[in-house]
Amino acid sequence: MAEITTARMASDLVSSSMAPKTKEVINLDQLSLFYGTSQALKDISLKIRENVVTAFIGPSGCGKSTLLRCLNRMNDLIDNVRIEGTCEIGNQNIYGPDVDVVELRKRVGMVFQKSNPFPKSIYENIAFALRLHGVKKKNELDDVIERSLRQAALWEEVKDRLHSSGLGLSGGQQQRLCIARAVAIQPEILLMDEPASALDPLATAKIEELVMDLKKDYTIVIVTHNMQQAARVSDYTAFFYLGRLIEYDTTLKVFTNPSHKQTEDYVTGRFG
Amino acid sequence: MSSEAPSFARRSHGWMGIKRGHRARPLEWIIEKGIQLVSYSAIVMVFLIFIFVSREAMPIFLGQMDSAAVRPALSVDEAMKLPKEDLRKYLDMTPDEFVKADAEVIKMLVDLRIESSANETTDKDAKLNTTQWSHLLGPYQWTGYTKPEYIWQPVGTIHKYNIVPLLVGSLKVSFVALAFALPLALGAAIYVSQLANPRTKEWLKPAIELLAGLPSVVLGFFAMIVMATFLQSVFGYATRLNAFLAGIALGLAVIPLVFTIAEDALSSVPRSYIQAALALGSSRWQAAYKIVLPAAIPGVFAAAVLGFGRALGETMIVLMTSSASILSWSVFDSARPITASIAAELAEAVFDGHHYRILFMLGTLLFAVTFSLNLIGDIVVHRLKRRLEGKA
Amino acid sequence: MNPHDLSEPLPAPARFKRGRFDMWAFLFTGATGACTYLIITILFVILGNIILNGHSNFTWRFLTGGADKGMYDPATAGVLPMIVGTASRIILMTIFVIPIGVITALYMTEYASSTSWHIRIIRGAVANLAGVPSIVFGLFGWGFFLNFIGQNMDEILHPGGASAVWGKPALVWASLTLAVMTLPVVVVATEEALKSIPQGLREGSLALGATKLQTVLRIVLPQAMPGILTGGILAISRAAGEVAPILFTGAVSYYPELPKLLTDPFMDLGYHVFILSTQSPNIEQTRPLLYATVMALLLLTFVLNIAAIIVRAQMRRKMRLLQ
Repeated sequence: MAEITTARMASDLVSSSMAPKTKEVINLDQLSLFYGTSQALKDISLKIRENVVTAFIGPSGCGKSTLLRCLNRMNDLIDNVRIEGTCEIGNQNIYGPDVDVVELRKRVGMVFQKSNPFPKSIYENIAFALRLHGVKKKNELDDVIERSLRQAALWEEVKDRLHSSGLGLSGGQQQRLCIARAVAIQPEILLMDEPASALDPLATAKIEELVMDLKKDYTIVIVTHNMQQAARVSDYTAFFYLGRLIEYDTTLKVFTNPSHKQTEDYVTGRFG
Repeated sequence: MSSEAPSFARRSHGWMGIKRGHRARPLEWIIEKGIQLVSYSAIVMVFLIFIFVSREAMPIFLGQMDSAAVRPALSVDEAMKLPKEDLRKYLDMTPDEFVKADAEVIKMLVDLRIESSANETTDKDAKLNTTQWSHLLGPYQWTGYTKPEYIWQPVGTIHKYNIVPLLVGSLKVSFVALAFALPLALGAAIYVSQLANPRTKEWLKPAIELLAGLPSVVLGFFAMIVMATFLQSVFGYATRLNAFLAGIALGLAVIPLVFTIAEDALSSVPRSYIQAALALGSSRWQAAYKIVLPAAIPGVFAAAVLGFGRALGETMIVLMTSSASILSWSVFDSARPITASIAAELAEAVFDGHHYRILFMLGTLLFAVTFSLNLIGDIVVHRLKRRLEGKA
Repeated sequence: MNPHDLSEPLPAPARFKRGRFDMWAFLFTGATGACTYLIITILFVILGNIILNGHSNFTWRFLTGGADKGMYDPATAGVLPMIVGTASRIILMTIFVIPIGVITALYMTEYASSTSWHIRIIRGAVANLAGVPSIVFGLFGWGFFLNFIGQNMDEILHPGGASAVWGKPALVWASLTLAVMTLPVVVVATEEALKSIPQGLREGSLALGATKLQTVLRIVLPQAMPGILTGGILAISRAAGEVAPILFTGAVSYYPELPKLLTDPFMDLGYHVFILSTQSPNIEQTRPLLYATVMALLLLTFVLNIAAIIVRAQMRRKMRLLQ
């Protein structure tokens, strides 16, 4: 059983190119996070490269989503959260005292596990994001909305009903609408929190294709509990277990020749 | 980034751009603080209510009021020995008048007081200060009475301010209301939340809650015009408007409140409890009676406490169904609760007079009692919910 | 049967048949059901009695007539001043209470952390305000709005004026008193609506770089609109029938003109029911008029109540769709 999984993964890995050694843009140093008194992340040090896809994998509750939400400070919304250590993006500590969270989030976009289109029309969903950034002219809005929907591979499906509700779309379409919304404002970094976990295999395939396509423009960090998915789309993989970073390397290395026993057990499906 | 990047995505200084700090949006900061300030208005209101109702009642609490119709007259020598301020009060003069008046005028006024006191009523009660706590709460043998009695008779030359008849009236009416409303509302809450089938439930619940939409003045009207005659013909008592009638009408106002709270408590008992009981072979009513009801009993208690608070504070119903303020524990006698007295008498009371202040004192009392009852009720409901949701 | 005696074999197959008539189940269900239907019967008796006795006098002339001639005579009296008075005071009250109630609810759900002591105290105060007896609101309105604010305004705005302008019963004081009374209704309804909005919508907006205020104004508030509407309607229907808080603050038994200024006293539908029932020189003659007046009051409050129920039901359906 384990061999079959590994064999299939190997074929996936062949298709993913060799991990490019681009500039490091995110730099975590000794990052710890506490919910009240319980520690959810323990001393995580990690450098994420530009214009590649980095996957966070690990069993449920290992802290991978929590870490992802640290990167655009979405954890600020939760009461009682305390963070130690530093998290630098482009050499700026994003937890520094004079950081404007709003500005940060404009540049570190996020796609959530559960698709969350606003109860507005498809057009308005994206226009809302653009208006936040000062795009007001009708023709400029039209242009960017079309381009974003094309980027999210949704344009062909919705071009005739741009003004109908975003809630009327299928699950996979809704998620792509959320991706279109996130890329419309052209963030440098795109965080994806299990973007395909609630979708059927066909929709998942579309999202994965999209992720690989988007990496030429964006730095993508994707959380997934689906190892095949990580193997298929990512260049680098970080494996987390119980709030600790166990292993971080190129995806090829993590899946074919992991240096830790725990990683090997997890990627071959022995636990998790 | 590709060359088609539109103009809005201009990034200056690389990632330095995120370092602008919260001061970048002063307007938003001001609005946020404004929202916080406005949200305190509920707290401010509770304080203001307490302050402005009890402020008017302060002289009564502190024993500074004097309701004596006649004060003993002083001889000229005695009067002149008084401190100036007391002398001014004794002569009922304003500070302006007092400053203008010389010693001769004052002596003349004191003589006038002595003369006029000779003509005043000889009733010994007229010299009493009936706003003292002993008179507010204790019985007193008034002139013409054969034994000490509790009497509320605020209008007249001698003001009788004993509040015991009002307290008894409030309690009596509220107890009748609870005795009528609690079993009915509780039975209905159990039926609607546990036994009724979902389709009936869908219209039963709003129908009962519609009762809460009846203004209390309408219930008072109905009690006074229709129920009074009906109940009198059924029970055959002498006084048409009595505590029993007021209690039943008040009960109608209390039912929707008790029903809503009890139904809410019963519904928040997890379905798994009931399913476990049913799986063990109990019937639906056994599950309701032996599992759900005991689990929700604090909620039922809270419903009773809050219902009692509501009954004590209700005004229009008791105002329209009460008449004389006599002290009697019999429910078939008339009763005049605190709220009815305030509503009926405040308009006639002299502004800043002792009657006025005593009515505010009663209002303060009412506020304090309902405040405590509501606090107890809310705490109990809150604890129960936390426990049933497994948070405590 | 002794439950501990499990060794005794049960007559197994017979146990699955419908047992004999279960006396207790019947009594319990019957008694609780009887309570339920008795309450509903009482409600319908009251409504039926009022409609039966009131409809014949519920005419156009009655609704548009004044109170200046023969206030207690069904043939001449109308309720237009009372309807206008009641409508004015509830409209004014809505203008005062909705912004404050909505902002309070917004602060509690969107801004303050759910464990902070601010919220606990605000919530305690709101719960408390909901339980204050209506007559105490009347005393408060009289002591605070009328005698404190009103008299001070007179001293500042009209020094040396012969008669009080603000320091007397007036539309504005009655409305303010009612606004304080109905604040909890609006807060609770708005809070419920805000809490039912999925967290994902807020996160989605914030992750796009919207500020908190932009998120609240453009995403959260539009979603909470039906809830705010429900709160407003419930507050109005509660206030429309209340008499005790306006006894000393604005309503008068006779003021046949329609209120025009904020400082005018007014006649009120609910208070008029009280006046007609207790002050009429001939209650038998007044009775048809009284019934028609009650009917007008009920129509007002019930229409509002039913509107609130419908809006709320629709809101819940919509929210279920969203989640």
